Amino acid sequence: MYIIVVGAGKVGWNLARELLEKEHEVTVIESDRRRYLTVEQELEHNVSYGDASELWVLERAGIQRADMVIAVTGDDEDNMLICQVAREKYEVERIIARVNNPRNKPHFDLLGIKPSVSATDLILRLLEHEVPEYGLVHLLDLQEEQLEIIEMLLGKDCGVTGRRVGDLEMPEGSLLISILRKGKGFVPGPDTVLEVGDEVLAVLDPGHEEQLKVLFGPAGGNGAGNGG
Amino acid sequence: MFILIVGCGRVGSSLARAMLSEGHEVSCLDEDPESHARLEVGLDKGWEDLGGQFTVGAGLETDALVAAGIERADAFIASTDGDNTNIVIAQIAQRRYEVPTVIARILDPLRAEWYERQGLHTVCPTRVAIDMLEAAVKEGAPRGGASPSNGAAEAA
Repeated sequence: MYIIVVGAGKVGWNLARELLEKEHEVTVIESDRRRYLTVEQELEHNVSYGDASELWVLERAGIQRADMVIAVTGDDEDNMLICQVAREKYEVERIIARVNNPRNKPHFDLLGIKPSVSATDLILRLLEHEVPEYGLVHLLDLQEEQLEIIEMLLGKDCGVTGRRVGDLEMPEGSLLISILRKGKGFVPGPDTVLEVGDEVLAVLDPGHEEQLKVLFGPAGGNGAGNGG
Repeated sequence: MFILIVGCGRVGSSLARAMLSEGHEVSCLDEDPESHARLEVGLDKGWEDLGGQFTVGAGLETDALVAAGIERADAFIASTDGDNTNIVIAQIAQRRYEVPTVIARILDPLRAEWYERQGLHTVCPTRVAIDMLEAAVKEGAPRGGASPSNGAAEAA
């Protein structure tokens, strides 16, 4: 694949290095002259000097034949617009944009810049994973496919422990796919009985998180059982 | 009309004064609180006393745009000193807030042209300068005073 990486900061430089090791063709575009000279020492002809906001700079880097453009500068406007012209003007098939300020994420979405990656969001996800008191952890969001995978830790006060999986009132559009118990994962059957300390993975249509949270929350199973 | 101008530099502030004096309702948004002073250059009263509005904040901040009145704006002018900021916020005004008239100042002629074709109303001061300079050069007389004509060029 021919990949253009915009921004030779820590993210861009390391990304380029990894992609080159995987034997992709890579051009990194950097607009800061000093940074360019530093990175050029290692990446040599794989770095190009210029402001990738300008169309001719992108064209000089061969954007017309690029399979992918990754914009990872420290400036959200730059990342948004570079990806926008890459996709809409040069018809690059795949784009990835870095979000520096998570509050700008809705702007990326508004301009149709997908996927966009935010380090803050990633760390937050990790935090949720490492500190399970949040209850429900998003492991994966597949926006295009309209699916997510979440993880829940069954605590002492959880309402569904001791019950058979087949007896759970799972919301429509959700499915229990795996249980992690004492470090081992397995696919549950209807007769599997849930235990305290189980980490349960479920796949679901977006929007069902709350129902699952109630079902797997404190005494949630009983409440849902009576209600249903 | 209610006009929201983001970027209160020389262009934005002059435009704001002109629009206000024509009787429009004008709101300005700029990150730099000092730019308020630029609005009052040549005015004998304060900007707010004359009915103008001024908000401190960045054009990319949704809260600031709302505080400056984007939800009821009839026209939106993006005139910050950054092309990329102008292009992004103009598209936000257009797509998210559905402002009827949106104009973006873009210095880069190539991108101004492309975004214009994508349906964004753009004004490119660089293009204007190029055209004016070109016209001015063509109008000039060469040494000796004879003005160039097509006939002379063809003869040569």
